[in-house]
Amino acid sequence: MMFVPGNNPGMMADAHIYGPDSIMLDLEDSVTMAEKDAARLLVYNALKTIDYGDTEMVVRINPLSTPYGRKDVEAVVKAGVDVIRMPKTETADEVRELEAEIIKVEEEIGCVGRTRIMAAIESALGIVNAYEIATASKRMMGIALGAEDYTANLKTPRTPEGSELLLARETIVVAARAAGIACFDTVYSNLDDMDTFRKEVELIKNLGFDGKSIINPRQIQVVNEVFAPTQKDIDKALRIIAAIKEARAKGSGVIAVNGKMVDRPVVLRAERAVALAVASGILNEEELS
Amino acid sequence: MELKNAVAGTLESGDIMIQIGPGEGLQVELQSSVAAQFGRQIKSVITETLEGLGVSDAYVKATDKGALDCTIRARVTAAAVRATGKDVWK
Repeated sequence: MMFVPGNNPGMMADAHIYGPDSIMLDLEDSVTMAEKDAARLLVYNALKTIDYGDTEMVVRINPLSTPYGRKDVEAVVKAGVDVIRMPKTETADEVRELEAEIIKVEEEIGCVGRTRIMAAIESALGIVNAYEIATASKRMMGIALGAEDYTANLKTPRTPEGSELLLARETIVVAARAAGIACFDTVYSNLDDMDTFRKEVELIKNLGFDGKSIINPRQIQVVNEVFAPTQKDIDKALRIIAAIKEARAKGSGVIAVNGKMVDRPVVLRAERAVALAVASGILNEEELS
Repeated sequence: MELKNAVAGTLESGDIMIQIGPGEGLQVELQSSVAAQFGRQIKSVITETLEGLGVSDAYVKATDKGALDCTIRARVTAAAVRATGKDVWK
């Protein structure tokens, strides 16, 4: 998910060229208070006009407690955004309040149920309430960590190894999995240190995150490389899936691959590896059927 | 509709700066490196956007840095909203 300032039309026009899975146009922290009105209009017109293809379009709105939040919701829902990212989410009630605002606009334009919600968790209270937030609405598609505000709230600095974020990251992954939605890690802001960035992406992939928020197109390749399964993983996953199909055809309940029993978690890992390989462009979905 | 002077947009690449103020009819002065190719189109987007907002009398100075039509519409709307005090959102 690539962050793009909502008041920079040049970046907004070019962002999808670099091939991120999703683009998050930002109306919150990257826009000064004096430019909130102009950024909202830019994002609205960009969403209505620019062909972003299959890229998932997300807009980070301002909190509903500010004078900007409700106008942001009206603008981006009318523009047909895929996902609204709610910043600094601390309680399930805040999600429900956002959902009510979305419904109001969707009813006005006749498209109820179209807009999904992602909640950014950026405080200790948000982490404590992570599961309630993740299950607050059927529109919830994911939760994300916002590390800068979170570490400020914890009164700790942000370190390259990220030990101060471990509990928050694990809590978000567990809450998302329990709720059946996606989870996304925070941004890494030092573009001059790609080695540490790669280590952080490897860490969050192993923790179970579905993706990483990024701030520059240079970071896309690293995330794709880390998240893409190896050829060995793919070959193994395809063997497992083929064995399952064969066993089902024979009516056999027990499946073994290379002498090892294949149980449900192994199947789920194989399916995820294949899904990631397809998403990474390594495997062609049509060839699998 | 009464207008005061207002500005929206920047001089960064891909943007357009719109300065708007009182005028008679819609007068648009355009500076753009692509004025020869797209000047008529840019002016047309500016005037159509203002008419859509109910602004029929204004002087507009537009300094274009290669803005897309959607950016022109956004910047003209922002300038008009600031000049009239009449927002487009509820």
